[in-house]
Amino acid sequence: MLTGHRTWVFNNQPVIISTGTVGGPFEAKGNIPEAFDILHDDMWLKQSSFEKAQRIMMEEACQLAVKNSLIQKEQVKFFISGDLINQITPSNFAAKTLDVPYLGLFSACATSMESLALAAFIINGDGADYILSGTASHNAATEKQFRYPTEYGGQKPPTAQWTVTGAGCGLVAKNGEGPKVTSATIGKVVDMGISDPFNMGAAMAPAAVDTIETHLRERDVDPSYYDLIITGDLGHIGRDVSLDLLQEKNINITEDMYKDADLPFTVKDNRFSPAPAVQQAQPLGFMGTF
Amino acid sequence: MIFFWAFVVGGTICVIGQILFDVFKLNPGVTLTIFVVAGGILDGFGLYDPLIDFAGAGATVPITNFGNQLVHGAMQEAEEHGIIGVVTGIFEVTSAGISAAIIFGVIGAILFKPKG
Amino acid sequence: MADNKKKNLPPNAQRYQAFAKHKEVKRPLLKNCIKAFLVGGSICFIGQIISTIYVYFFGFTEQTAGNPTVATLIFITMFLTGFGIYDRIGQFAGAGTAVPVTGFGNSVISAAIEHRSEGFILGVGSNMFKLAGPVIAFGVFSAFVIALIKTILIEWGGL
Repeated sequence: MLTGHRTWVFNNQPVIISTGTVGGPFEAKGNIPEAFDILHDDMWLKQSSFEKAQRIMMEEACQLAVKNSLIQKEQVKFFISGDLINQITPSNFAAKTLDVPYLGLFSACATSMESLALAAFIINGDGADYILSGTASHNAATEKQFRYPTEYGGQKPPTAQWTVTGAGCGLVAKNGEGPKVTSATIGKVVDMGISDPFNMGAAMAPAAVDTIETHLRERDVDPSYYDLIITGDLGHIGRDVSLDLLQEKNINITEDMYKDADLPFTVKDNRFSPAPAVQQAQPLGFMGTF
Repeated sequence: MIFFWAFVVGGTICVIGQILFDVFKLNPGVTLTIFVVAGGILDGFGLYDPLIDFAGAGATVPITNFGNQLVHGAMQEAEEHGIIGVVTGIFEVTSAGISAAIIFGVIGAILFKPKG
Repeated sequence: MADNKKKNLPPNAQRYQAFAKHKEVKRPLLKNCIKAFLVGGSICFIGQIISTIYVYFFGFTEQTAGNPTVATLIFITMFLTGFGIYDRIGQFAGAGTAVPVTGFGNSVISAAIEHRSEGFILGVGSNMFKLAGPVIAFGVFSAFVIALIKTILIEWGGL
């Protein structure tokens, strides 16, 4: 089970049997609109606030994940989720609607992978047979909370990132068809003192590199063992920086197998981040699949 | 001619702001606070009024004028009531910007929804 | 202050910062300054037109026309903010739209619109000065200090 200092190897191999994905208007214009189950063209989703809209997206993603599988909602044992809004209210309210026992998380950008790692851990240890794991973010709700009002005329420099409007949910099960979660390495908070809120990629890259390095070392595998290594929202700069840092540590990852989760979203010059920025920390979950 | 100088002086003050943004990496809140304080200091040395005479709206429209007016109001009352006037007179001249912002802020909130 | 902070960092963090800085996409300073100059200058130019109108048609003097000009500019800002145009101009112009009084208006109005979903009293009322608050607070306090020093100098210093 525990391999090395902070890597879990899941011998029972939990499976992601289905997913639900919801996106907003900006995501619809991205490079992978076909990857979403639902795309909304209204930021409000007919709600009276952005936070409520985010909650609706979270609910839709979960319901889709259940619908896309062959099981009933009643069979789901736990719902593990989190988001960036104060007191993770959208996740809490979505949990109320779903009426499934709920574990709330807050790990900024790393929330989605953290929930997956925990779901896999619980299932691997026979703690449950079906767990919903997911996260949601809403551009306007997050801007409002962390940055400036959306109508405020501030200038964003070229390194600034953009928070996704969307939700994603995976149904993790003991058996079934789909990608298997083989192992997870829990990341550390790595603070290199980057304090520019408009340059989150550079702030998060060292943590990503640390996690990848540790994972490969503790599992004793070469990067080529994996077909793809996908990081969170490092953006162009963070990806560049982290590739260089990996080279420095003699870990050879080729450009085309090292993907950044947000770059497929890129529309022209706008950059996306699947979830925004709490400073300087990216405890990053790591997942290998066959 | 005042139109030309309004453009040039106003534009130049904005360039100073842009340099504070980009070179010193200050956020808008800090930058604007510096501008207001700078406007007040300039008026303290009696330099802001000549600038207004020279550049018109080029000096009254940038936020530096807010600091200038605050000091103006305080000094105006101070001439009549001494030290007490310094406290009571601050908003004497400068009400326009703040009251307009409050009034149109509330009206804006009634009329508009955020676009996101 | 920023330098002090840097000195306290461990050496590997300092090295990383230098490395990340080298990687960072540079902000286009010259281009940004030109845009700020043109847009900021234009706003002041429009302000001059408005104040000229007040002087010639409404009997204001050069000195008193400043206040209605500021109010008119903020009124226009309300519509630009509400229709989502001001933030786009702001992305283009940077300080060109932030430094004029329209930027002050925009910071108040955008916060007011944004927090409307939390209600008028506790949402709009308590959040509208979220961004403009520091400007007012430190503007007022520094004006107090400046005026105080000046008054003392005039009354007792014989200036």
